Order: sequence, then structure tokens, then C-alpha cells
Amino acid sequence: MANLKPIAAGPIREFDLEKDSLRELNQFLHSAATSHCQIQVRNPNGAHSIACGLNSELDVRIFGHVGYYAAGMNKLATVTIEGNAGPGVAENMMSGQVHVKGFASTAAGASAHGGLLVIDGDASLRCGISLKGADIVVGGSVGSFSAFMAQAGRIVICGDAEDALGDSLYEAVIYVRGKVASLGADARFEPMTEADFDTLRQLLKSAGLEYEASDFKRVASAKKMYHWHADANQEY
Amino acid sequence: MCGIVGLLIKKPNMRDQLGALMVPMLVGMTERGPSSAGLAVYSPPVELSSHKFSLYSGEHAMDWSDLLRRLSKNFDGIHEISPLGNQAVLTSGVDPDSLVTWITQLREPVAVLSVGQSIALYKDVGTPAEIAERYQFKTLRGSHLVGHTRMATESAVTPAHAHPFTAGRDFCLVHNGSLSNPHLVRKKLEPLGIHFDTDNDTEAACRFFEWRLREGDSLKTAVQRGFNELDGFYTFLMGTDQELLLVRDAFACKPAVVAETDEFVAIASEFRSLAHLPGIAHATLFEPKPEEIYSWRI
Repeated sequence: MANLKPIAAGPIREFDLEKDSLRELNQFLHSAATSHCQIQVRNPNGAHSIACGLNSELDVRIFGHVGYYAAGMNKLATVTIEGNAGPGVAENMMSGQVHVKGFASTAAGASAHGGLLVIDGDASLRCGISLKGADIVVGGSVGSFSAFMAQAGRIVICGDAEDALGDSLYEAVIYVRGKVASLGADARFEPMTEADFDTLRQLLKSAGLEYEASDFKRVASAKKMYHWHADANQEY
Repeated sequence: MCGIVGLLIKKPNMRDQLGALMVPMLVGMTERGPSSAGLAVYSPPVELSSHKFSLYSGEHAMDWSDLLRRLSKNFDGIHEISPLGNQAVLTSGVDPDSLVTWITQLREPVAVLSVGQSIALYKDVGTPAEIAERYQFKTLRGSHLVGHTRMATESAVTPAHAHPFTAGRDFCLVHNGSLSNPHLVRKKLEPLGIHFDTDNDTEAACRFFEWRLREGDSLKTAVQRGFNELDGFYTFLMGTDQELLLVRDAFACKPAVVAETDEFVAIASEFRSLAHLPGIAHATLFEPKPEEIYSWRI
């Protein structure tokens, strides 16, 4: 169980997407009337854009599997998905927390600026692509091209990484525990500093995962692609 | 964008429900493919010396019983036809090549959508719900099927460009994605005497794999060769009389999710097409990994 923000005590407002429309749900979530209740969503059945664009400190629990872009653009809210997520979960998140208890499809947390995305299971290809400042903790493994062009933020991978991890990284940092099939262009392993261990311990704690920080390796940018090298033979 | 669905029923006593279970899967993929839809259904094979021919007459109001009479005049043996509007499944003991040649020379515009001992194929322009209703998909029975909803991105919206594509006998393929070298594949296959019906990229993949099957490859080996021959984005779902096979390209740009229980294996582009299936809450769910070949036999 992740050590995320505790559920606020208060009334529960339930939506059943076999009866209620997705628009009704999202309009309710965007309205001011939601502030003091927990919102529970039943039978999401893979619908797209559930709990997208939230803009206040809501507590949303979704019981089942969600489709594309769940909790996208999240700000301040805590969204828990008791199931699997489709492509682009928490994409462009600004703040708040999104917790996927199953696995996540491609491009989880893509271009997220802030907040914390926790995925208990595996994340597919391109996890954290173009990350801009959020933290992502993956309990399982990640697919190829994860953290591609990630600019800021941290990605913790408790399992393995497929090919081209951290390709064309900017300032984002990756901590990976398992095997890395291959690093992407300009990504390199670096020694862990005390500051890295502190950061990693805090992220693992936030995600409720009990791994030893010492089992992780740091991957960051070698910064060789920051500037154009006219003499390089362009074989990146 | 397109939608893919596939269903293989493991328990023989559930095979009467194949069509009924599949219709919500196909309709669930309407937003991914609203312009055309189709499916290939596999049922127990007809007698060894016979074949099934799925025929399609488009907007032409075909008199199928007249076709049967003319067929009987030209060829000995027993022929049967099950018509359904502009589509009919003909069962005949005539050599398939001779029969297909005869059909293509008819004065009416009749297309042969599939040939085989197990396969029957339906496809047309329209929404998935319209096409499911038009061909009474909910009544279909059989062991497995391959379905598709199309949103055209690279060639015309016509019945011939709808999926599934077939080549040879009892083989079909549906595709979500786009190939960047279909013309090169075609240039390679045409000198071998392989004829193309359309300019569609998916047809090139379909004919490539079927050619490899005829050359003696297993379907898995053919797909492995495809990794080097076919360039572009794809999730392919293929059917033969014995199996369903699923594969995604190295970049896995096009989605797919699989649900497996003791009763069935169901494949769809998205979970929302699987949510209604019985026992889905306890199914094993996973996304196929890039360039990994998944197959299930009946």
C-alpha cells in the first residue's frame, strides 16, 4: 500500500459509469461542489479521459481499468486507479498524485511537470517521455524508450528497463534497480551520491515500496548532445 | 487509427455464443474505426473435398439462387449457398481456382472475399454496429474470429479496402497502423505471380505472410521474417483454421490488450472492448510486448 496522501474523511459521492455519463463525472469533478467528499468511480470499463483536468484537492478512487489519458493534466488532486491504465495516464500532470495499482500502458506520465505518479505494476514503452519535473515510481519494469528526452524530474524503476533507457536525456535522473537492456544515446550510468540515496529513499517511501536504495543505479545525461559537434561523425 | 478485435473460445460448448460475445467488442471499437468493419469467422471445416467461398456483390442486388443454378450448369457436384443480402457463403466441391476464375468472369460484380474450409468473411463500408446488424454477426458460431473497424489513413474507403484481408486458403489478417514500404513488398511479390486486389498497405503484409506459408514457413517463422521485410507501425492479428496470432512492431505504437480465461482468449485494441465479457474481472490481462509473437490454437 503506497504511503500516499490519506483519504479525507467525509461523504462519498459515487459514480457508476454503466449508468452515469463520463461527462457528468468530469463536470462534477471540475465543479466547486466536490471539495469535501471522496469521489468513487465504479465500472470505468476502459473509458477514456476519466478524471482529466482536475484542478483542486480532490480524492478520486477508480475501481477498475481505465482507458487513454486517465488523470491527465492533473493538478492538486489524488487519483487512485484500482486497476490498469491505458496509454498516457497522468500525462502532463502539474501536481498532485496518481497511483495505478495495476499496470500502465505506453507513455505513462508523459511530459508531466510536477506531482507524483506511482505505478505498482509494469509500465509499457515510453514511460516518462519528455518528463518536465514530475516524479514517477514504477514498482515493476518499464518498456523501451522510457524517459526519452526527459528534461526534469526523477524516475524510479524497481524492475528492469528495456532498450534505449534515457535516450537524449536532459536533466531528469533515473534510478533503476534491475537489468537495463540498453541505454539510449547520451545516457550513462553514474555513481550514486548521498543526495541521490536521500532522494531515492524519500521517493520509495512515498510510493510505499520497501527496496534498499543501495540496490539502485543512477542513470543521467552525459550531456554530450547539449551542443553541436561539427567534428562528430553524427553516429549517435 | 483502427480497431482490432479477436476472440477464440476454448470451451466447445460456448462456441455457439461466439458472435454474441463478439458484437459488443466490435461495436466498442467504433471510435477507432467508424468507416468500415469486417470479420472472419472460423467454424469446423466442411468436407475434405469442399470449400467455402465468401462472396460479396456490393450495391448490386444479386440473385444468389440464380448464381447457384448457373454454377450447377457449369460444374458437376453439390453446391450450396447461404445468402445474406449482398453477401453469400457458397459451399462447393469444385476446385477453388476454377471456381474463383468462373466467379470473376461473371457479368455481375461479385467479389470473392475468402476461400477455405473453415473461414467465412464479411466486410463492408459503414459503422461497426450497422455491419454487425447487416450480417447478423450475433448469430455467428465457431471457434475463433478476427475482426476490425477501420478509420482509413492511407487508401480509399471502399469495401475492398476494409479488413480483414485474405490470401490463399483459410488465412486472414487485420492491421492497426500503417506500413511505409508496401510498394517495395509488392514489387517483390508481383514477379512471383502474386496478384493484388487493392493498393492497400495491409494487403501487402497479408500477401507476404501467405506467400511465406506456401513456401513452407510456419506462421511464426513468417512473422519473424516480417520483422525485417515490413517497415512501419503495426499491430497485426492473423487467423488460420487452427490459430490466432498477434504481433506488434518494435515501437508498439498501436495498442493491444489481451484477456485470457479458461473459457476464452479475447484480444482488442483497448480494454473497453473487453469489459463486457463474462468472467473478465478474473481474466489474466496483459499488453503484448513489441516484436513478441503470441499465438493461441483452438
